[in-house]
Amino acid sequence: MDELYKVSSNPHIRSRVSTGGIMLTVIIALLPAAGFGIFHFGIRAGAVILVTVASTVLTEALFGLYKKKLTVTDLSAVVTGLLLALNLPVGIPLWMAALGGVFSILVVKMLFGGLGQNFMNPALAARCFLLISFPVQMTDFSYDACTGATPLAALKAGEDVNVLDMITGQTMGTIGETSMIALLAGACLLLLFGVIDLRIPGSYLVTFLLFAGIFGGHGFSPAYLSAQLAGGGLMLGAFFMATDYVTRPITVKGQYLYGIFLGLMTGIFRIFGPGAEGVSYAIILGNLLVPLIERVTLPKPFGYRKGGAA
Amino acid sequence: MNRAGERLYNGIVKENPTFVLMLGMCPTLAVTAYAVNGLGMGLATTVVLALSNLIISLLRGVIPNRIRIPAFIVIIASFVTVIQLLLQAYLPSLNKALGVYIPLIVVNCIILGRAESYAYGNPPVPSLFDGLGMGLGFTAALTCIGAVREILAQGSLFGYDIMPEGYITINIFGVAPGAFFVLAALTALQNYVRIVGKRKGREYRKLQSGCSEDCMNCSDTGCARRFYDNGSGQTAGSDGTALSVTDLDEEDR
Repeated sequence: MDELYKVSSNPHIRSRVSTGGIMLTVIIALLPAAGFGIFHFGIRAGAVILVTVASTVLTEALFGLYKKKLTVTDLSAVVTGLLLALNLPVGIPLWMAALGGVFSILVVKMLFGGLGQNFMNPALAARCFLLISFPVQMTDFSYDACTGATPLAALKAGEDVNVLDMITGQTMGTIGETSMIALLAGACLLLLFGVIDLRIPGSYLVTFLLFAGIFGGHGFSPAYLSAQLAGGGLMLGAFFMATDYVTRPITVKGQYLYGIFLGLMTGIFRIFGPGAEGVSYAIILGNLLVPLIERVTLPKPFGYRKGGAA
Repeated sequence: MNRAGERLYNGIVKENPTFVLMLGMCPTLAVTAYAVNGLGMGLATTVVLALSNLIISLLRGVIPNRIRIPAFIVIIASFVTVIQLLLQAYLPSLNKALGVYIPLIVVNCIILGRAESYAYGNPPVPSLFDGLGMGLGFTAALTCIGAVREILAQGSLFGYDIMPEGYITINIFGVAPGAFFVLAALTALQNYVRIVGKRKGREYRKLQSGCSEDCMNCSDTGCARRFYDNGSGQTAGSDGTALSVTDLDEEDR
């Protein structure tokens, strides 16, 4: 305990929680989804994950060597790579996955100053970069000669979908988004360890469900709503990416506001947009509004009076 | 004519309007999806820039200070109208590709900026070459950006397929975000060359017109005003001395 008593300026209360520790927890929480992806889509999913993580880690390491400030040991590059891989379809050419990894770390994160300075979630920005760049490869979800529409696309086309399959993950989709159970298991772990709390995911999901119920055209029918909830990247986005420490608001009120905004945007993109999916774009759009949200929800200091000192 | 050469070099390299001064970003980002569009836009701007610089310089003794901006705009707009009619008549496809950005040359800040900061205070011949240099610098920058974007997004250059069979195009470089990426990367490259040159002891004094400071790190505003007492043709910075600042309003009084 002695070393805790230091004559220094604030902060005086120190936590033993480190960036590396938090990132390790997130990695462990993502393992069920990644494992299910490999089990469901086959060994190629493992190759995509490996290539993406390798490219993010390597980019961060090389940039660190160039800047003589090695930050790769905080494991944040692994988290970015893993999240990006879980957002890719299994059939994507490996060089595209690597390109996405390089883009996420180099352009979105390091060029803006590294971890803590990036204004946008690197994994999601890279996914959107790939989605705009290679629309054909990024939306081709066929695997093992199975082809078909993703459940959300089928739902949008007015077809019936098997909600049970969607919850267990026996559907088409990106590597990590199909299994709601695996994602929720990871999310529970994060909640248990206090890495995230329910403010953002809760307000996000509730807002989205209300929006889908009102504007979805099916009323509040449980089958429709649960299919919307389990389909696409909503679970992955709400628990793992909207809660990213760097790109979410710091203030408590701001976090609720941010969640509500994400829910509204996801609903608009999914129901009124041309595509079936909208979680990625909703979250990076929300990221851009974070400085504004923080500005309007800044708590008032105790005893503060407008127009000068008390 | 040494002065003319110096003006050309200044516009194309030292004070390249796109990569150094960061002016005229709107056409830079909007029309550079193809190299030929960038080239066409650049050349159209060059013609307007050179001719309007020449005319404004010739009329600099006649145009009163207080209404100089409307006077500049009238001159520039006349040349833009000429260019647009010529394009409609002889290059209809390019005119269609550039669309509204041709009439918008009127408000291109490079042109108004050169009129304010150079042509209004300098003799006609250097002004003409200043306009030519700036315009060619703009053309070179736009063509570079257009070429990179066209290769990445279409696999072609000036309309000819140059990439091998099976090349997968990267569509994002065909739309606006790609323009930002390419512009940023080329600017970074240009800055890198400059920094390396500085380290080797070569001095790249970036700005000659107005002040000797680096525009990006300059907190001064209204530097365009500095040229009103510079009718003698002395170029600031070329001999290492800063120009004396004369306040316009005081002059008027």
